[in-house]
Amino acid sequence: MIAVDTAPLDRAPAVGLRDDLDHARRRRHTGRWMAGLAGLLVGTLPIAVGLGPVAIAPGTVAQIAGHHLVGWPLALPASDAEDSIVWLVRMPRVLLGATVGAGLAVTGVALQAMVRNVLADPYLLGVTSGASTGAAASILFGVAAGVGAGSLTLSAFVGAMIATAAVFLLARVGGRVTSIRLLLAGVAVGYVLSAATSFLIFASDSPEGARAVLFWMLGSLSLANWSSVTVAGPVILVCLSVLTVWGRRLDALAIGDDTAQTLGVSPARLRTQALLVVALCVGAIVAVSGGIGFVGLIVPHVARLCVGGVHRRVIPVAALIGAIFLVWADVIARTAFDPRELPLGIVTAIVGAPMLFVLIRRFHTPAT
Amino acid sequence: MLSARDVSFAYDGALVLDGVELSARPGEVVGLIGPNGSGKTTLLRVLYDALRPRAGLVSLDDEPVTSFGARALARRVAVVAQEAPPDLPITVAELVLLGRSPHRGAFQRYSLEDHRLAAQALRRVGARHLADRSFGTLSGGERQRALIARTLAQEADHLLLDEPTNHLDVRHQHDVLRLVRTLDVTTIVVLHDLNLAARYCDRLVLLHRGDVASSGTTDQVLTAEVLEPVYEIAVRRLCQAGTVQLLFSPLTGADDPEARVGGGHWPNGDMAESPHPQEERR
Repeated sequence: MIAVDTAPLDRAPAVGLRDDLDHARRRRHTGRWMAGLAGLLVGTLPIAVGLGPVAIAPGTVAQIAGHHLVGWPLALPASDAEDSIVWLVRMPRVLLGATVGAGLAVTGVALQAMVRNVLADPYLLGVTSGASTGAAASILFGVAAGVGAGSLTLSAFVGAMIATAAVFLLARVGGRVTSIRLLLAGVAVGYVLSAATSFLIFASDSPEGARAVLFWMLGSLSLANWSSVTVAGPVILVCLSVLTVWGRRLDALAIGDDTAQTLGVSPARLRTQALLVVALCVGAIVAVSGGIGFVGLIVPHVARLCVGGVHRRVIPVAALIGAIFLVWADVIARTAFDPRELPLGIVTAIVGAPMLFVLIRRFHTPAT
Repeated sequence: MLSARDVSFAYDGALVLDGVELSARPGEVVGLIGPNGSGKTTLLRVLYDALRPRAGLVSLDDEPVTSFGARALARRVAVVAQEAPPDLPITVAELVLLGRSPHRGAFQRYSLEDHRLAAQALRRVGARHLADRSFGTLSGGERQRALIARTLAQEADHLLLDEPTNHLDVRHQHDVLRLVRTLDVTTIVVLHDLNLAARYCDRLVLLHRGDVASSGTTDQVLTAEVLEPVYEIAVRRLCQAGTVQLLFSPLTGADDPEARVGGGHWPNGDMAESPHPQEERR
C-alpha cells in the first residue's frame, strides 16, 4: 500500500491532511445550478401552458392542474373551453416538450462520452433516420394502420429500433464496440435509411404526404396527448436515472478505453449497455416528436460550461436545461406564425446555431 | 508480485508476443525495453488484462489476473497508459478523483476521505496548484504528474507505466522517473531511452520480436553484446558515478548482424578529449 502521508513535496503536511480540494464549495456550486434550473423549469411550465392564441394566466393554469391532479381547488376556476385547452391540449404538449428536451440532452451527453466526440448527437446512431423511414411508411402507405391512432408512433419506434439493431450489428466486431466503428456504422445506416425515406416519398407520388413526412422529420410536438406523455415520459426518466448512476463510468470512458479498463470499467461492455439505453430513449423520443435537431448537440456543451465535465453533474443539469430550452422553443414554434405552426426543428436550429457559434469561439482546443 | 509466464499474444494471426516471461517482485522497478514493435505495449496491456493472452498466464500474487474482476484488479494495479488527451473537458481534480472510483460502488458518491486522498496525491506529485486546471490544457510534464497522482489516489500496490517520458524534455523525463522511484509500489515501466532505464530501473527485460532477448539487472542487460544485435546500432558503454551511460552510433559494415557487433563507427578520439576521465568497462 502507498504511504500517502509521507509527502516529500508537501511543505505543510498539517494543511495537506485537511485539504479536501474544496469539496464543499464544489457541491454547493452544483447544488445552486440544480436548484436554480429546477426553479426555472417549474416557473416555465405554467407560463408556457398559458401562452398561445388564447392567453391564460399562469395562476389559472396552476389551479386547473391542481384541480385535475390532486382535486384541489374543488371547483374548476375557469371555463370549460379554457379547461380543455389547458388540460387536454397544452399541458400534455408542454410536459412532453420538457421530457423530450431532457431526454435529447441526456442522450447527447452519453453519446458524446461513448464515442468521445464533441460533435456527436443522439441522431448519430441512425435512430432518427430509421424512425423517419417508419413514419414515412406509415404516413404515405398506411403501414400499421390497423393499430389505429398510434400507428405513426408505433411504426416510427419500430423503424428506430431496426436502425439501432443494424448500427449495433455493424459496429460490433469480435464482441467489441469501439467508438470509431460506432460513429461509422451510425453514419452509414443513417444514409441508407434517408435514401429509403426519400425513395418512399418518390414512390408515393403524393405531395400532401411528402409535406407531412417533411413536417414530421423536422420535429413537432403537435401530436402530443396524455398517452404520449405517459408512454415516453417514464422511458425517458428511467434512461436519465440509469445514465446518471453510470456517470462515473462514463467519465472514465470519455477519457479513453484504456483508462476505463484500468479503472475497473469494461469499455466494450459499458458502450454496449449505454447504447441500448440511449437507443431505447431516443426511439421513444423520436416516435412521439419526430426529428428535433440541435438540442442533443448543444445542450450538453452548455451544461458542461455550467458545472464542468463530470457526468454525475452534467447529466441532471443537461436534463433541466434541455427541458427548459425545448419548452420555450415549442412556445415560439406554435405562436410565432399563428395560426400556422412552425416545425420545431427549424426553431431549435435557428436558436441553436448561434449558440454553436458562441461555443466554437469559447472552445479551447487542448494544447498538445 | 506481478508475473507473466510463457505469455503469447497475436493480433489477427500476427504473433506479437511469443512465450514471454516477466516478473516484478514487491517494491521493485522493472524496465521493459526493446525496439519499436517488439511487443512492449502489448505485454503491458496483457499484464493489466486489457488483452487476453492466447497462451500463458499472468498472475498477481499467484492468482490469475483474469480471476480478479475488473474493479478488484483496479484496486491492485494502477496504469498510466499512452492516450491522447480527451476532447471532453475534465479538471485535474476530477481526473485524480477517478482513481477513487474502483473503491466506490455505482450508488456511492465520493466521500470526504476520497477528496482528501486525491488532494494528498496531487501534493505528493507537486501538482496541487493544477487541481482546477483543465487536463487538456496541461503541458506534457504536468499531464504525467496528474496521471501519476491518479494512480496514487487509486492506492494500488502495482503501477504500470507506458512510456511516461514520451514527449517530455530531458529535465521532465528525469523528474517523472525520479517521482516514480520514490513511490513504494511494484512498478513496471516501458521505456525507450536506455540511459533512463539504466538510471531508474532495478531490473530490465529486453524484448525483441515478441521474445525476451535478455533479462536481469540493468548491468547485465545493458551491454553492447546484448543490445547491438537487437537494436542494430553500435553501442558503447561508459560508467560514470555508478550509473551506466550508453553512447550510440550507426553500424557500419556488412548486413550480417553477427558481423556488426562491436563494429560501430566512432569519430576518432572523441573519448580522449572528454574533460572528465571516464572508466570504460567493456
